[in-house]
Amino acid sequence: MSIFRRLLFPLLAVLAAFVVGGILVALIGDDPIETYQLLLGSAVSWPDGIGYTLFYATPLIFTGLAVAVALRAGLLNIGAEGQLYAAAFVTAWAGITFPHLSPWLLIPLACLGAVGGGAAWGAVPGVLKARFGAHEVITTIMMNFIAVALAGYYTQYHYKKPGDPILQTVEIGTNARVARLGRYLPGLPERIPLNVGFLLALAACLGVYLFLWKTKWGYALRATGANPRAAQYGGISTGKQVVTAMAVSGGLAGMVAINEVLGYRYRYYDGFSAGYGFTGIAVALLGRNHPAGVLAAALFFGALLRGGLFVDIFTEHVSKDLVQVLQAVIILFVAAEELFRRGAGRFGGIGRLRGKV
Amino acid sequence: MRDLFRIELLFSAIRLTTPLLLAALGGLYSERSGVINIALEGLMLAGAFTAAVVTHFAGSPWVGLLAAVAAGVVVALLHAVACIRYRADQVVSGTAINILFLGMPALLSGAFFASNGATPQLAKTQLLPVAPIVLAFALVPVTWYVLYRTRFGLRLRAVGENPEAADTAGIGVARMRYLAVAISGALAAIGGAYLSTGQSSLFTRNMSAGRGFIALAALIFGKWRPVQTMLACLLFGLAEALSIQMQGVTRVPVQFIQIIPYVLTIVVLAGFIGHSRAPRALGLPYEEKR
Repeated sequence: MSIFRRLLFPLLAVLAAFVVGGILVALIGDDPIETYQLLLGSAVSWPDGIGYTLFYATPLIFTGLAVAVALRAGLLNIGAEGQLYAAAFVTAWAGITFPHLSPWLLIPLACLGAVGGGAAWGAVPGVLKARFGAHEVITTIMMNFIAVALAGYYTQYHYKKPGDPILQTVEIGTNARVARLGRYLPGLPERIPLNVGFLLALAACLGVYLFLWKTKWGYALRATGANPRAAQYGGISTGKQVVTAMAVSGGLAGMVAINEVLGYRYRYYDGFSAGYGFTGIAVALLGRNHPAGVLAAALFFGALLRGGLFVDIFTEHVSKDLVQVLQAVIILFVAAEELFRRGAGRFGGIGRLRGKV
Repeated sequence: MRDLFRIELLFSAIRLTTPLLLAALGGLYSERSGVINIALEGLMLAGAFTAAVVTHFAGSPWVGLLAAVAAGVVVALLHAVACIRYRADQVVSGTAINILFLGMPALLSGAFFASNGATPQLAKTQLLPVAPIVLAFALVPVTWYVLYRTRFGLRLRAVGENPEAADTAGIGVARMRYLAVAISGALAAIGGAYLSTGQSSLFTRNMSAGRGFIALAALIFGKWRPVQTMLACLLFGLAEALSIQMQGVTRVPVQFIQIIPYVLTIVVLAGFIGHSRAPRALGLPYEEKR
């Protein structure tokens, strides 16, 4: 498929979603053009616009990659939200428990906690699917509720500063903090929380690309997603691939914790995620499950997340929830892509997911 | 501990089963016709929000209920058009609907009531009586009869099991599927309406809290059959009732009690799915040959 075609359908989906959203905004009683200017227009200014857009895009790159890897194996991981909460708690725990370790040890340890916590939380639905056939869409959603509840319990009873009315842990040791990019980039003030996590997100894009297309593990994973029966016949253990895909997916989602806990809030904070796990679904689908596409889509949604704050403040009726509505409509249009290609025949796309719910 | 097991527990379980059962029976129609309905959660939220808003303005929960049904059908048809006409992946389309109704009620309640996702509190007289409970349980034998003893039911099952054969026999596959998904939207929305204008007296953000997915698990556990599905829903309703009753009585931290229904859902799915056979054409789009 030509590059043009590859870009055309996602762009059409976004455009169509903006038309639907614009009608909705008009019905609610605000000016759609003005609302969209607020939503998108603030993203390009330097340093605040670009700095914050990249900061908001960082978790979306991780969750977008997470959903994309699972989709490549034929699985829909709607549990990235729970995986990143589990990971964030483990990360904060490491930062709180070993505050006196040297940063050279503590930061890798905390990052390992992020990846490991997310991978473990993701692997559970993988095992349940591979071993028992339990559909991941239901189990991952249940795991989301369980992650938030358990992290909330340990925060409230074991890691909270006594008397703190907010459900959050004490701060992690300063040795566990990762640097904000403002320290190195001239012109970017350090108050903007864009941090090393963003660079890791870029590295993760490259890593996922190499993993999926340049290793035999990636090949086996994609083969399982493309045609599980053929893969099995070709000697690939599809059950193992399902577990691997979910663990890798969860690990990627868990890396959100590096950005949020080690680079921004310096603690576990209940409800810190602005639905990053769910936005990851839109990011992956819009980016056609390719790391380059995920990066582009994450930047787009990062801009929307930041622009949503201005919509909240400056429009009369519309709130930042508009962004979530746009996300859903974009997913719907990407899923029903045939709408745009009647008569063009069927090619590419996301394929069909496995299993019956 | 003995305080837990009183007759109130049973009543509470039946009340809590009601929205699950309505959503699960809705899912049954859709899935028996071959269309996966992961959107039950979003449909419940659509119904819950519409019922709360319309009841607030109209003053009558019945008008609210009617509006909820209409909203449920419209949203379900959105899912149906994407899946049937445009052959979208049914799980992805359903997920889009679910995300849509995380955002939409918040957006609209912000516009209507300048609130952060909640609707105004309704008066006691504006709440639904026991009607939805009666309806939910009455629908079990009705669904059984429709499914196994009527021409409509036979066609529904045929379309979900073997659309090619049904098509050859002159049954409109797409038409049956649209109808089935619309029914699922109506029933899930009634379940949602009962959440916001029956069990509680306002809509709050994401108030279904995974019930649409639990209903789906109950449907699978119940082997896509009405009576078994009801029993599965009762099990989940009982778990939720126990979890609520335990919160005042035991010293177990509340977070551990709250996760009981979610853990149970996972256990049930993992433990029993092997014995459950899905409709054969579930999840597969079909293009009519005629």
